[in-house]
Amino acid sequence: MTVTVPGTEFTDTSAAAGPTEAAGAAEALRPHAEDTFADELSALAAADDRPRPARWRLSPWAVATYLLGGTLPDGTVITPKYVGPRRIVEVAVTTLATDRALLLLGVPGTAKTWVSEHLAAAVSGDSTLLVQGTAGTPEEAIRYGWNYAQLLAHGPSRDALVPSPVMRAMTDGMTARVEELTRIPADVQDTLITILSEKTLPIPELGEEAQAVRGFNLIATANDRDRGVNELSSALRRRFNTVVLPLPATPEDEVDIVSRRVAQIGRSLELPELPEGVEEIRRVVTVFRELREGVTGDGRTKLKSPSGTLSTAEAISVVTGGLALAAHFGDGVLRAGDVAAGILGAVVRDPAADRVIWQEYLETVVRERDGWKDFYRSCREVTA
Amino acid sequence: MTGDPRARAEGPLLLGVRHHGPGSARAVRAALEACTPSAVLIEGPPEADAIVRLAAEKDMRPPVALLAHAADDPGRAGFWPLAGFSPEWAAIQWALANEVPVRFIDLPAANSLAMSAKQTPAGAPAPAALPDPAGSPTPAGPSTPPAPLDPVGPLDPVDPGDQAAPGGAGSAERLRVDPLSVLAEVAGYDDPERWWEDVIEHRGTGGAEAFAAVAEAMEALRAEYGHGGHEDDAVREAHMRLRLREARREFGDEVAVVCGAWHVPALGERTTATADRKLLKGLPKVKAEISWVPWTHRRLARHSGYGAGITSPGWYDHLFHAPDRPVERWLTKVAGLLRDEDFAVSSAHVIEAVRLAETLAAMRGRPLAGLAETLDAVRAVMCEGSDVPMALVWDRLVVGDVLGEVPESAPAAPLQRDLTRTQRSLRLKPEALERELELDLRKETDAGRSRLLHRLRLLGVDWGSPAVSRGSTGTFRETWRLRWEPELSVRVAEAGVWGTTVLSAATAKAETEARSAKGLAEVTELAERCLLGALSGALPVVMRSLADRAALDADVGHLAQALPALVRSVRYGDVRGTDTAALGEVAVGLAERILVGLPPACVGLDADGAAEMRGHMEAVHRAIGLLSETETEPGTGTERGTGPETGAQPEPEAGTGREPETGAEAELGTEPETETRSEPETETRPEPETWPAAETRPRIHTRTAGAGAAGAGAADGLRGRWAAMLRSLAGRDGTPATPGLIRGRAARLLLDDARLAEDEAARLMGLALSPGTEPPEAASWIEGFIGGGAGGGMLLVHDERLLGLVDRWLISVPAEAFTDVLPLLRRTFSAYDTGVRRTLGELVRRGPAAEGHSGGQGAPAAPGFGPGLDAHRAAAVVPTVRLLLGLDPAPYGNDTMEAAR
Repeated sequence: MTVTVPGTEFTDTSAAAGPTEAAGAAEALRPHAEDTFADELSALAAADDRPRPARWRLSPWAVATYLLGGTLPDGTVITPKYVGPRRIVEVAVTTLATDRALLLLGVPGTAKTWVSEHLAAAVSGDSTLLVQGTAGTPEEAIRYGWNYAQLLAHGPSRDALVPSPVMRAMTDGMTARVEELTRIPADVQDTLITILSEKTLPIPELGEEAQAVRGFNLIATANDRDRGVNELSSALRRRFNTVVLPLPATPEDEVDIVSRRVAQIGRSLELPELPEGVEEIRRVVTVFRELREGVTGDGRTKLKSPSGTLSTAEAISVVTGGLALAAHFGDGVLRAGDVAAGILGAVVRDPAADRVIWQEYLETVVRERDGWKDFYRSCREVTA
Repeated sequence: MTGDPRARAEGPLLLGVRHHGPGSARAVRAALEACTPSAVLIEGPPEADAIVRLAAEKDMRPPVALLAHAADDPGRAGFWPLAGFSPEWAAIQWALANEVPVRFIDLPAANSLAMSAKQTPAGAPAPAALPDPAGSPTPAGPSTPPAPLDPVGPLDPVDPGDQAAPGGAGSAERLRVDPLSVLAEVAGYDDPERWWEDVIEHRGTGGAEAFAAVAEAMEALRAEYGHGGHEDDAVREAHMRLRLREARREFGDEVAVVCGAWHVPALGERTTATADRKLLKGLPKVKAEISWVPWTHRRLARHSGYGAGITSPGWYDHLFHAPDRPVERWLTKVAGLLRDEDFAVSSAHVIEAVRLAETLAAMRGRPLAGLAETLDAVRAVMCEGSDVPMALVWDRLVVGDVLGEVPESAPAAPLQRDLTRTQRSLRLKPEALERELELDLRKETDAGRSRLLHRLRLLGVDWGSPAVSRGSTGTFRETWRLRWEPELSVRVAEAGVWGTTVLSAATAKAETEARSAKGLAEVTELAERCLLGALSGALPVVMRSLADRAALDADVGHLAQALPALVRSVRYGDVRGTDTAALGEVAVGLAERILVGLPPACVGLDADGAAEMRGHMEAVHRAIGLLSETETEPGTGTERGTGPETGAQPEPEAGTGREPETGAEAELGTEPETETRSEPETETRPEPETWPAAETRPRIHTRTAGAGAAGAGAADGLRGRWAAMLRSLAGRDGTPATPGLIRGRAARLLLDDARLAEDEAARLMGLALSPGTEPPEAASWIEGFIGGGAGGGMLLVHDERLLGLVDRWLISVPAEAFTDVLPLLRRTFSAYDTGVRRTLGELVRRGPAAEGHSGGQGAPAAPGFGPGLDAHRAAAVVPTVRLLLGLDPAPYGNDTMEAAR
């Protein structure tokens, strides 16, 4: 049975779908986490002798190991899915084991969706019970809809009801996911309150209710820096334990992430191979980190932070843009001039305040820095 | 070796503890109650035997510290902090309540202080008495030589590095074994402190078997690693054994020993008294004094720099005092705090947090939720993942704001002794009678007195208050009004928490104030006071805080207010011979920020805002001029000042030291020498007419090599960029954007610095006063350009072309606009001196050039005005001038001489 909810299509993973699903996974552009890492999950399940909450595929400890990586007693190596503080993963997993829902917060590009997908895959073996939050997400996407042909033909009945992923997770005791919760209009968001506090979903049309069985929980992700989001009501907020996913901890990590992603994107855009531009990437990452954190890399000078988010994702797009510029209009080598305009665009979001912050940064930090002369000049050029 | 547990059971009761461990404290209390020993021996300096009874007094409230210091040098000191949850404190309290004698058995402070002095011959006042404590990786461990109880480094923050790793410098190469982390690793823990907490602290009252187990583990470790790199332990333990023997002779075998777990095996060792005495022979010794001083939780916390070695005294305090259900009580406490701070936290939150913390602990395989679990739960449940309320929780609860108290009968604090000593050496007696004190900072003693008074003021001991110097405005003179009030002694005692010497206390206080200061101006003032008190140790922190606040302050006005004081400080530093290189750097940085922020800040201001901004602009202009002068060679003084008052500019003087007269001489150089010399008070002479740029004239040329080297180029370039910025301001034309006042002022400042040609100035004025400009806007330009004191008037007197422009504009102002313009103009012109106003009036009265009239003096008439001088009136002055110049007073008759007088 295939049910379509706005933004996402998903496949029923009930027993019958087995073989076709496997074939689909091989063909898929991006297979689900539980398919990609099926080996690791089964090895973990085999090695895991700790108590498991009802309907969990793994114990909380094994779920944390699945995300953070490690080596099992039988020698199976579990690759780390999330590189970051252990504490965060532990709190997230533990939250799912209680009856509170989990809210993953963070600026764009901090692997919120990634973490939520892997959590669902490890806990319930299924990461596809997903509601994608948009400004147009209707209540039906969270509660249930109707199959109108059935409804007209046979009147309201369970058969005419089209359950939402959340409702299915409730009845099956699985983990549901809501992406971009804060993009969903506030009145639709509040539909979740009853589900999360009473663990039930009334169906007044039928005079029935769908009660959640043990094992049900919900992971939501939300962006805490973007403008134009719908703040969660405090009633809803109280139903969640909040975990904030941090930005990469060290410059090295971030440079690594940026260059890897840039290389991937570059290939799919058929840009030339990443040339000797790593130095430029390092500079972009340094500028982004320093402005974001409000302090220079050596920790000696404080800075004002501009209004933009300056996330890793934006650094990636600045470098990709610079790379395209260098390939098509430059000499193929990524230079300061190629990224300067991109950086300016990313930093200066508010033309008045951010421009001052950017100039201050240029004059007090960049100008004096050894080996950054060309960068300073290019930035001055585009800023003036 | 004493592998045999029976031997120990019969002998003294050895209680190996983790310093500042609440679990250990409970266990010690329980063990003492169970065994009721005849005496309690505690690891600590034996000098404290005499004052231990004070611990039972009502006014004594932990946290407190035993403070030992060398009698002749209070700066050399060691601390043994005790919190309410310290096992040692629990043992002392039990013993005093049960009237059981207490003895301290560690090496005497007299020796340890002397040993530390020997180890740091450079004289950084005594770090820890024994190498090691606070800097070791796990200072709170029982086996890293018991950090907390050991002297924890000086309360002398001159060199913070000392506290970070006392003894570390000398012993870094030595093999360091951290036995606790070895044990933790064996148990599969990555954090040794957590291991200790799980195994000992969280097990309630572990009872005798816990002590036995710890002792056994330590014995195994010591068998493996020997002294583990703590060489001085042998001496200390020898002393402990000797004291233990003495105690057993005196009180019998039923004595209890409370010491760091690491020492337990050594105390059980069978050695001869002779061997131990031999180890102790020939130890250096100083005369040491000991006292109780109040302590704070913050200082117990590792990150405060004093490093007693625990990160979470508040949590430990809670664990020790909570009768039951520590996690529930703790989270309720957190919720209470958050509620007080207006965070919406309900009981449901507390319930959820407790559940999350317990589930987390279970998942991490811990017996009980610890600090890490509860904080994770608080963050996820109560704080919505935010770090801001978490910081609050950490600061108020985990560390806690507890301040200890010490009864008045405690021996005098070392700060008082240091003050008395300094007063004696500076021959400055505290007298109740008010008197005035004139200090000449060029003299060593006077400079020392000034420093002392400034430092005391910083400490809140207002013995002297600065008075306005009589007669002199030189920076090398200071006048104080002194008066010693009895309550100042109390203040000194209070200031004792900051340090053991006036210098160290003032430094510590300045650093703390710098960290907690709210605004930029506050820190700037603090920097000034630090320089006055020569607290060079505090300067890095203050500068850091200053730079941070400057970076985050978005209001150019605040920055502009801070800069002048800062630049002044750079100059004070010069006078006092302080190295101000760092200060100069910060000042340049601040100026850079102003440079970037000023142009956008000048947009869209109302009249009041514009006036304020003009003030800022002038102040910054002066400061930048002064900054460049300080930082570059004095020769640059000549590059500016081709304005009308070149005479007031200093000539560069070759290497004159701190002779104020030279400056005065240069400026009075155009007058006959005899006149000048006969004046008794050369320096107090009213200065010739000054205008903004002239005020930057350095009175004293001191060349501090350090300051000169640091960023001389930066400062010079800064001046150029500042001028460029002013030029762009002056050249702006959009009327709504930048007020005329600002543009006019920018033009004027440039003109004064000879960075704007006079033609160009005239062009700008023409533009500003052209018919296209609204009259009020033009009037405000005029106010900016020629307003503000006498200088502007002189400008008009000297450059009649400018006067002509003003004149023509004024005539063209339409009648209906005139009433709007009038107040502005009145404000501008009424500020001029009477003489200037009169001259201007005369110039204007001569009016537009009449064709036929010719003065015949040869002076070409200024455009728009009639020709020059009234020859007859001018002639009247000539005799006086001749007289002054010492020429023959003949040419005119006596009558004119009379008239001239």
